[in-house]
Amino acid sequence: MLDNNQLLRFTTAGSVDDGKSTLIGRLLYDSKSIFEDQLQSIENTSKKKGHEGVDLALFTDGLRDEREQGITIDVAYRYFTTPKRKFIIADTPGHIQYTRNMVTGASTANVATILIDARHGVIEQTKRHAFIASLLQIPHVIVCINKMDLVDFSEDVYNEIVSQFEEISSKMLVKDVRFIPMSALLGDNVVHKSENMPWFQGAPMLHTLETMHISSDTNKVDARFPVQTVLRPQREGYIDYRGYAGRMASGVLRKGDEITVMPSGFTSKIRTIGTYDGEIEEAFAPMSVSITLEDDIDISRGDMIVRSNNKPEALQDIEVMLCWLNNRAAQPRTKYTIKHTSNEQKAMIKEVVYKIDINSLDRNKEDKDLQMNDISKVKIRTTKPLMVDSYRENRTTGSIILVDDTSNETVAAGMVV
Amino acid sequence: MSKYYLNYLDELESEAIFILREVWAQFQNPVILFSGGKDSILVTHLAKKAFYPSKIPFPLMHVDTGHNFPETIKFRDDIIRELGVELIVGSVQESIDQGRVAEERGKNATRNALQITTLLDAIETNKIDCAIGGGRRDEEKARAKERFFSHRDDFGQWDPKNQRPELWNIFNGKHFQGEHFRAFPISNWTEMDVWNYIKRENISIPSLYFAHEREVVWRQDSWIPNSEFLILEDHEEIVMKRIRFRTLGDITITGGIESDADTLEKIAQEVSGMRKTERGNRSDDKRSESAMEDRKRQGYF
Repeated sequence: MLDNNQLLRFTTAGSVDDGKSTLIGRLLYDSKSIFEDQLQSIENTSKKKGHEGVDLALFTDGLRDEREQGITIDVAYRYFTTPKRKFIIADTPGHIQYTRNMVTGASTANVATILIDARHGVIEQTKRHAFIASLLQIPHVIVCINKMDLVDFSEDVYNEIVSQFEEISSKMLVKDVRFIPMSALLGDNVVHKSENMPWFQGAPMLHTLETMHISSDTNKVDARFPVQTVLRPQREGYIDYRGYAGRMASGVLRKGDEITVMPSGFTSKIRTIGTYDGEIEEAFAPMSVSITLEDDIDISRGDMIVRSNNKPEALQDIEVMLCWLNNRAAQPRTKYTIKHTSNEQKAMIKEVVYKIDINSLDRNKEDKDLQMNDISKVKIRTTKPLMVDSYRENRTTGSIILVDDTSNETVAAGMVV
Repeated sequence: MSKYYLNYLDELESEAIFILREVWAQFQNPVILFSGGKDSILVTHLAKKAFYPSKIPFPLMHVDTGHNFPETIKFRDDIIRELGVELIVGSVQESIDQGRVAEERGKNATRNALQITTLLDAIETNKIDCAIGGGRRDEEKARAKERFFSHRDDFGQWDPKNQRPELWNIFNGKHFQGEHFRAFPISNWTEMDVWNYIKRENISIPSLYFAHEREVVWRQDSWIPNSEFLILEDHEEIVMKRIRFRTLGDITITGGIESDADTLEKIAQEVSGMRKTERGNRSDDKRSESAMEDRKRQGYF
């Protein structure tokens, strides 16, 4: 691995029937990321289950119930590394609690891979996947048109599916879409270029993942530094030290920058940007640093340090796209805890503007009942202002979760409109 | 390419520091679970970075099975002295003496499962609301489903099918009296990442990780070290081998591999060519297909 190798996070959407597990298994197997004892264990299970050869899909099974029932219950994370990049796969299940899991996996992803069975083309499920990828603003989408071996590696079938997908995605906000015809089962265009599809000019999936430009995926313009905690070392040499510890959410902050602390509005200048390994001149997302200021002002967890000429909005009434994640439906006129960066307040859902039918993508303004997996546009009122940007501009300062105080569970995830 | 991006190790480091600071901010009384293995040493090193120039603001906790490598205990005591932090020890021997748990019997008896009771007791007596561990998702299939902030009920149990969704970088550590959390700052690191980072930062680790001569016996596909706890079978024979350990657990269950890797450079080289997972030499995981999941459900690390 080279010192400048980056980390790429991607999510896989699709059901077992689309060959999602086989694709992940193939990617890991052909990139030599599966160990002998793991392979041995799937070989044994394949034999026990009466499969012919090694069933690569078994590699992604995690919990006992999943192995027994042959389904995936929860998001599982897989890792592999090539000489070019380190990869994290958020493997999200296709069947149970589908939306909830895909939203979770998608929230941190650079790339969404969407699987389509070449025999079936674009189906309702594909639409859902594309919609969630656009809702969560995943910067890149790779559409894997799989099982090409079952349609005689036909270029016409491929072209037809590409235009079907482009038709639905044209109504959504997906920025960078690429299509790859493949057979995960046989390994065509996953790691190795397919010999069966000479008509395809593009690169195989792994090469695409290794070379795609992801440095611009994070917002480099709006400097946002949510304060996590204040460091006050009570020891010699640091008696007056007050360091604000946090991770840059977006943008760049430099020594000497004029800053404003939100929500108080106090202004100062950055004196130092520190790390354990020494002081640095500038910090950018996603670096964890500690910042000291020229002036002694009252700052605590939940505050945000921003550049004075570029501030987020301090809002108490926020419109968000909300995905409900809990078995217990949303309760009207109930106070929830809202968490936004390091800030935490109480909040109430004041109005459900509309609910989205995840299959037709139509807006339903009549049904206002928010059940598990529902996606809706809502108006939220908070007890104190939150310093928000729109999610489209900033995935970190534009996202919130709701916590139910009676169960302490995370019940909803929201994206600021 | 723009210069405003981090390489993968810096990004993993920054993520872990972020998690450690979140733990400190969201919990009253956290501890780092310290076993003396490379993963808990790494977490401790990251905590040192996260709170600098302050000291690590919480204690380290060691669940002592009594079946230790002597090198591990010395290493632990040295690091505590160097960091100037408190050490809490939960003793499996005490749990046995108090009749809280019963020792396993037979040739492959270990104190591995007994640790669960000692760990949960120590968490309760010390009123710990978050225990920070060095668990990684690449280690084992049940761990692949683990959250950064992982909820434990008032019996210390993990319910893998009913975990809180974790989105973006917003972590929910809210809990009721008697419940606690486990936090895993290095969830996204692989074994290779750990070694590359240890090498880059030149972090000191117990000598057991480096190739050395040791008396061992061949059992369950790996070299088990000779110790006062080892019961030999008739056909088994103690031999001298040049070995090193890939993971460190109890002396009774941790198998070594034959190796000449005696520097961090050589270890990283060796690990990158490995064809078996690191826990492949851990007999605690070999007991059944779901050995780890079953122990984790009950409250294991």
